[in-house]
Amino acid sequence: MTDAPGLHGQSMRQRSAADLRRENLHIMWRTLTLAWHAYAKDKAAVGALIFMIIVVLIAIFAPYISPHDPTEAVGTRGGLPGTDGLLLGGDMDGRDMLSRLFWGGRVSLLIGVVPTVAATFIAVVLGLFAGYIGGWADQVVMRILDVFFAFPLVLLAIVIAGILDPGVATLILSITVALVPYIARLVRTTTVSVKQEPYIEAARAGGATTPTILTRYILPNMLAPVIVYSTTLIGLMMVVGSGLSFLGLGIQPPDADWGTMVSDGRAVLKRAPHATAFPGFVIVIVSLAFSFIGDGLRDALDPRARVR
Amino acid sequence: MSEPVLSVRGLKTHFRLRTGTLKAVDGLSFELQAGRVLCIVGESGSGKSVTAQSIMRLIELPGRIVDGDISFRDQDLLALTEHEMEDLRGNRIGMIFQDPMTSLNPVFTIGEQIVETIIAHTGASKEEARARAVELMRLVGIPEPEGRLTDYPHQFSGGMRQRVLIAIAIACEPDILIADEPTTALDVTIQAQILRLLSDIQKKLGSAMILITHDLGVVSAMADDVLVMYSGRMVEYGDVKTIFRNPRHPYTLGLLDSIIKLDDSRESELRSISGLPPIPINPPPGCAFRDRCVKAMDVCGTQDPPWVETATGSTAVCHAVEAEEGAAGAGQGAAP
Repeated sequence: MTDAPGLHGQSMRQRSAADLRRENLHIMWRTLTLAWHAYAKDKAAVGALIFMIIVVLIAIFAPYISPHDPTEAVGTRGGLPGTDGLLLGGDMDGRDMLSRLFWGGRVSLLIGVVPTVAATFIAVVLGLFAGYIGGWADQVVMRILDVFFAFPLVLLAIVIAGILDPGVATLILSITVALVPYIARLVRTTTVSVKQEPYIEAARAGGATTPTILTRYILPNMLAPVIVYSTTLIGLMMVVGSGLSFLGLGIQPPDADWGTMVSDGRAVLKRAPHATAFPGFVIVIVSLAFSFIGDGLRDALDPRARVR
Repeated sequence: MSEPVLSVRGLKTHFRLRTGTLKAVDGLSFELQAGRVLCIVGESGSGKSVTAQSIMRLIELPGRIVDGDISFRDQDLLALTEHEMEDLRGNRIGMIFQDPMTSLNPVFTIGEQIVETIIAHTGASKEEARARAVELMRLVGIPEPEGRLTDYPHQFSGGMRQRVLIAIAIACEPDILIADEPTTALDVTIQAQILRLLSDIQKKLGSAMILITHDLGVVSAMADDVLVMYSGRMVEYGDVKTIFRNPRHPYTLGLLDSIIKLDDSRESELRSISGLPPIPINPPPGCAFRDRCVKAMDVCGTQDPPWVETATGSTAVCHAVEAEEGAAGAGQGAAP
């Protein structure tokens, strides 16, 4: 203590701007590395990530790697796997299951991921606003969301999709709207509890402004449970999207997503169970993978889980 | 005495609850001189922390400062806009909290948090702020500050975190340092270190300090002036020697009497003030302490106690002290 430099002293040697930039980059890189290590400790999350990368690549390159046109009958109706030279057999119309799974992934991933991400963004804004301001703002936002909440998610999505023209955009929009109240509730609850943490008061005592408190204190401390919840919703939304398509409000035949393929398979369930089983299996695995990724992300975002 | 850095006059901070109005602070007045340490002493719920929060204007609904004024130098703190107040907090008035374990943002590094405060108040460049952060960390006794800049709060012990919080609080060399029970959550062995650090820094910066505590040992070691609070009100106020040598208010007497001394025999009973402090929701008139007071009189239940400047040099708010002083004064007057 005695030889500590004076408060006004310039004891640090001046570093050049380039040095500082390099150092900042280094710190960023180190944080990323630590975050990756925290993520990588969760083997399931790593497996899920690799799996999802492959799934996404398949969906992107579906036109090039599909052995057949997914909308054209190339085999016998409900042909079992291996028949007609089709690896996974044919569906009820004799279309190649494998190609349809490849192509279906494009739509399914889109209606699973896009609405969930969009709804999470909207919900974070609404929930933060309601939870942080409290009082009348809380009442107004949450009561309006409660009205949406009163309808089952699927029913609400059907109503919205019914008003619009059928198509992928409609699917995305309707699911997004229907999903917002669910995530917003969680965001609001978490915000209210983080708001009461002593470090919020300490930050205010340090002169932090409201925008600073929201973006640097509440948001990052509230995000982990929201991400975990949102990622588990992705799989569910793929199924909801298929439900809408089944009702004729989303994807139009002969295009397909995984959910629609499951419902199409019902007609031939006894004769060709694989037509339902394969897409169903894919949905389960992909949903699981997203939840594992969510768990891994939570660890990666939590400094306490990052170890050198 | 010189112009006070902070003067609080008739401060009333009330909380409107469903069950009534909780008068957490009810008519508190004191002055804080530059370079001096004022200890605010009292039991839990006596309004010490609310006083600190009122000065920082950190009272949240349903709480509100309903009356009084708080002047910082020549500024009326209660008249400032929220934005002006933000400029002041952490800049001219620094605050240290009770629980270092939860008072740091868990998702950012220590360095980022110190730098953030410096940049917010001084407009220093990131580089300057970082250099300053290292300097501050060294000043508060954190070993190898450069290396620890990129550590997260959970990698620090309680004592080290309190040092970090002190570093943040003094980053802008505040005129006033408010420490709200800064050692309560720490190990006894660390408490003394932190108190010594606070004392050193306060002297080095020449700031005034308000130290909130319920530990009379801390008071005797740190304070220049003492303010004893009970149930939201001041009961006695004076410089530390006067209060410890000549406590006048029955509550102060009781507090000092309840200190355990080493030469007490083990058989002797621990002394305490019987009863519990009242919760000041819709308090009846009169003195809040009367039910536990050994000198209670009839008037204590009907009239608020008067402020009495005692002959010994303190200010006590008590009917009994007034009576004693009156008698003493009359005695002195009668003597030729």
